[in-house]
Amino acid sequence: MCDDEKSGATDALLARLVDDLDAGFVDLVRGYEQVVYSVALRVSGQPSDADDLAAEAFLRAYRALRGYDAARIRALQPRSWLLTIVLNIWRNLMRESSRRPRQVPLADLVDPPASGPGVEELAVQSEGMRELTRTISTLPTVQRAAVVLRHVIGLPIPDVAEILGCPEGTAKSHISRGLKKLRALYLARDRRATMSPPTIVSNHRADGLRIAAATPALAGRRDQ
Amino acid sequence: MTKSAEDALVEQLSQLGALPPNDLLGRVAVDWVSLPATVGRVYVAFSGHGISYLRTADSVHGEETEFLESYRRRFGRPLRPASRPPAGLAPALRTGRAKALTYDLRELSSFERAVLTAIQEIPHGQTRPYSWVAREVGHPGAARAVGSALGRNPVPVLIPCHRVTRADGQPGDYVFGQEAKESLLRAEDVDLDEVRELAAEQVFYLGSDTTNIVCFPTCHNARRISAAHRRGFRDVVEAEEAGYRPCQHCRPESMATA
Repeated sequence: MCDDEKSGATDALLARLVDDLDAGFVDLVRGYEQVVYSVALRVSGQPSDADDLAAEAFLRAYRALRGYDAARIRALQPRSWLLTIVLNIWRNLMRESSRRPRQVPLADLVDPPASGPGVEELAVQSEGMRELTRTISTLPTVQRAAVVLRHVIGLPIPDVAEILGCPEGTAKSHISRGLKKLRALYLARDRRATMSPPTIVSNHRADGLRIAAATPALAGRRDQ
Repeated sequence: MTKSAEDALVEQLSQLGALPPNDLLGRVAVDWVSLPATVGRVYVAFSGHGISYLRTADSVHGEETEFLESYRRRFGRPLRPASRPPAGLAPALRTGRAKALTYDLRELSSFERAVLTAIQEIPHGQTRPYSWVAREVGHPGAARAVGSALGRNPVPVLIPCHRVTRADGQPGDYVFGQEAKESLLRAEDVDLDEVRELAAEQVFYLGSDTTNIVCFPTCHNARRISAAHRRGFRDVVEAEEAGYRPCQHCRPESMATA
């Protein structure tokens, strides 16, 4: 995905930003769009929101960079910095939408197909991933962010703590609580799947999903 | 909970990385081109939302970097050079007829957008006073605010704010200066000298005594009136009292109750 922070490649990228902001910015987006978009998609749970979140994060980053002097740009840790921006925007959106809930059409939750595996394999795999994405979006915001940073992106604990703005111990506990909740929800789903006939399973799933998707903020609050 | 169940979950989570949409950079950055126009070379910024910014080479001292920096200062977005201009831009710059283009005016207030939308209806080669625009956007009396909105037009030349002039035939203020405004109007064959001569005689509207229709002096209907049948009026009320009705094309009636 990307190099370790402060590697030679990162230093070269930061030097390009100092030298020519707009040209360097193209490299910044290319280098980090996947990690920024993955976090945006997995915390928000929806491709349409993730597009907006990722674009807005890069735009804010650009505007901030315009005001930074060379020394400040050279000292940046771009990955952590960009992920902090994306999560800030997302948290603000969550705060707004919990005051003013909205209905989410189920169709919006479908991921665009990814390239790679064969069609059948893809169908099975992406169904499982969609399920997992939906389950993630029932977690409280801080646990969701912590699990995504640690296990989807694979960041080390100190980076997760820095991005969340909390001590490492707290970050660890957010991660493990989030995982615990995911496991419980996952096992419950598997039990349901083995106990009911297939047709009814899919109906149950769809109903449960619609509720979870429409009220992520409420689900989060109940869990806390 | 078994260890393997946990591993399976963590393994699945690690596969949730996703590819970004094709042109995420295009959602943030804006493209720019440099093209010849009737007013000399121009620099134009655009995105999928439409054309967002235009500067003449003269207004940025022929310096591409000055154009780029003035765009960034105003919009706070990065720019990248485009391989080709958006469809229709090059012919619009050659002909001065640019109504069909799409503009990105999202950074403006709703009043500013309304003003810039209304003035796109002013035909090539014609002018309207500031108070006419105010009336068109439903704010009669807001002529000064119209002037400020025109001054913030991000796409001059294409969105023809140069076609809004003072009623006395003076060109009035312009983003690129009065001189540039006057030469744009002359390039469209607007007879500013005639408008000024008429204004000096307190004539701001022209009517035809064969059709009994009254127009702004630059309206194509007014320009067709032969000297023998042409009558001048100070205002539309005076024309209406003489049995004339306002032209439906240039709509001078909007001034009658001002």
